[in-house]
Amino acid sequence: MSETLKIKDLHVSTTDGKEILRGVNLEIKQGEVHALMGPNGSGKSTLGYAIMGHPGYEVTQGSITLDGKDVLAMEPNERARAGIFLAFQRPMAIPGVKMADFLRHAATNVRRPDRKEGEELIPMREFRKELNQKMEQLRMDKEFARRYVNDGFSGGEMKRAEILQLAMLRPKFAILDETDSGLDVDAVRLASQSIADIGGKDMGILIITHHEHLLEHNRPDFTHVILGGRIVETGGPELALELHKQGYDRIRAAYPEAAAADAALKENEPAGAH
Amino acid sequence: MSVTTTAAGFTQESFERFVAQRNEPGWLRELRREAWQKFESLPMPSQRDEEWMRTDIRTLRLQKFGFSSDGSPSAGAAPDGLLTHGVELGGQTIAIDSRPHTARLNEKWAAKGVLFGSLDELAASHGEVVKKHLFRAFTPGYDRFAALHAAAWSGGTLLYVPRGVTVDEPFHMLSALSSGGVDMGHTLVILEDGAEATLLAETTSLVEGGAGLHVGGIELLVGPRARLRYVNFQNWSAGVWHFAHQKALVDSDASLQWTIAALGAKLAKVNQHVALTGPGATAQVNGVMFTEGKQHLAYNTLQHHEASQCRSDLLYKAALQDDSRTVWRGMIRVDEGAQKTDGYQRNDNLMLSEHSRSDSIPGLEILADDVRCTHGSTTGRVDDEQLFYARCRGLTRKEAVRMVVTGFFQQVFDRITIESVREALGLAIARRIREYE
Repeated sequence: MSETLKIKDLHVSTTDGKEILRGVNLEIKQGEVHALMGPNGSGKSTLGYAIMGHPGYEVTQGSITLDGKDVLAMEPNERARAGIFLAFQRPMAIPGVKMADFLRHAATNVRRPDRKEGEELIPMREFRKELNQKMEQLRMDKEFARRYVNDGFSGGEMKRAEILQLAMLRPKFAILDETDSGLDVDAVRLASQSIADIGGKDMGILIITHHEHLLEHNRPDFTHVILGGRIVETGGPELALELHKQGYDRIRAAYPEAAAADAALKENEPAGAH
Repeated sequence: MSVTTTAAGFTQESFERFVAQRNEPGWLRELRREAWQKFESLPMPSQRDEEWMRTDIRTLRLQKFGFSSDGSPSAGAAPDGLLTHGVELGGQTIAIDSRPHTARLNEKWAAKGVLFGSLDELAASHGEVVKKHLFRAFTPGYDRFAALHAAAWSGGTLLYVPRGVTVDEPFHMLSALSSGGVDMGHTLVILEDGAEATLLAETTSLVEGGAGLHVGGIELLVGPRARLRYVNFQNWSAGVWHFAHQKALVDSDASLQWTIAALGAKLAKVNQHVALTGPGATAQVNGVMFTEGKQHLAYNTLQHHEASQCRSDLLYKAALQDDSRTVWRGMIRVDEGAQKTDGYQRNDNLMLSEHSRSDSIPGLEILADDVRCTHGSTTGRVDDEQLFYARCRGLTRKEAVRMVVTGFFQQVFDRITIESVREALGLAIARRIREYE
């Protein structure tokens, strides 16, 4: 049975009290592809973080449910085990921990949500075989599995590592936060193709992007435009194309209140904030 | 469990009784007497001394402890070692409160002239070897604890490997403390010209939380072209006072890999000194520390380049939780004639709690002009963003912390070439990591 990730009237503030999302409504069913577009600082990454439960963000109003279950009541690891995945825009390095060991632990926990700490992991041999297969499909060097998680990775390598994790963890819902940034055109095409191969009718995907390339093989069923912390317009694939070609001037003009909120959000924004 | 403390306090009277009981040769008694004089005349170290500035021992009551042993064997049950899992041993010594418990040496190594066993027992049966080497790398007058050790040492372990003999099975020494016990073990390792050996040493407590006193000494004498791997795993309970002077002499073209792992003790003050005494000597020093509660571990390390073309490479890594504290003062000293020296020292600290503290004080004293000496030091916290990332992949907070800590130590584990040691340390550390919110 197809499950639904339902976001209702979501308000999110940073822990220092700055409201970033101001009533987001979004429903994603397994098998659907949604594109989320919007200018920098409009709240796209915040939505991804809020869905996963980042401790730096506080939900002040609204709800997130996964097939009726209260996602907001779950720890980030419980959300992952419930089948939600976030491909980070800026993945973190974990020096000294091999990609393969990290993923083996992650895959075991996600596939066996009831696993207790210290219980057996997926058998090494079985896991290696699967990982090698996936890396081959993604045209990744086997050496990758022996490298430390995101440690010294180029921007492109990090993004490919996120896609590999997506492939191994096979979530019900995936949020891909600018998985195309930092990649050259060929790499974006490969990423786009890979995501399409990994997805399918069992995976609902929310693609956060500035470009249409990632959508090439992942034609969105819905395109949402976020501005000033609110989804102001929803359309089909043609909307993504329009925004890519013409930018957000029309949107800003059509939704002046959101545009003003967007401008206000960007004032006093600390450097590097999402 | 037998009660081994024969007298309260370290007094002239108890010293006399200790010496009288031991039935040792005159030269050894003389060494003890000289050291006892030093002990009586030296002041207790205080925070006015630079080396002790960060280490407060005002709550230590030496008189609660006493001379540890008359040298008679211990009959208690021996604890299990952690370092030897799946390892074929060349020999093993076990001591409890400095009393010999077990000593065995594989026949094939004995046949090649290897000596391995209790230093007490071998000092009696092979006095000439012990007399020739004892205190070559130990300075009884260094401070009051060194003097006490030189006067009061008992039990301990001797490993002697003759010229050209390669021992490919590790030796294991285990020294355990009972609650309230005293460990005055002295370790003497002698590798003659071209010999090779590995010694895994571990110290532990029989009782969780039990108090105890260790005043120890280690001498590693690595002859020309010899190769020694020495591991020292300190895993006492959190009630043990640990004072030690440890020194290696590494002769020409010889190599030493010295790994210190420290998880236990209430307070530790350790001087670890590597002297590169012959041209072409190399030493790699690895330190793994994990502290918790109110533990205080202080290490003074010295890489002393006395000869030319030597290489020394020290990497100490510490992870600290709760209110614990580590101190590392590291010195690379290069003598005037020690040209072409390649010296390196690095200390990384990972703070797992707001209240832990680590002091990292590297230093260089270079008198030669054609050398390369570098040092580095980092102190960081477990990064919340790192933990969030791992948690988004299904790891609990505790699993994520454990993974970050394991990763932190990986660099030093990669240098430890003995698998059983890597595994034992990894497990022991993982077990100690707590949940933090």
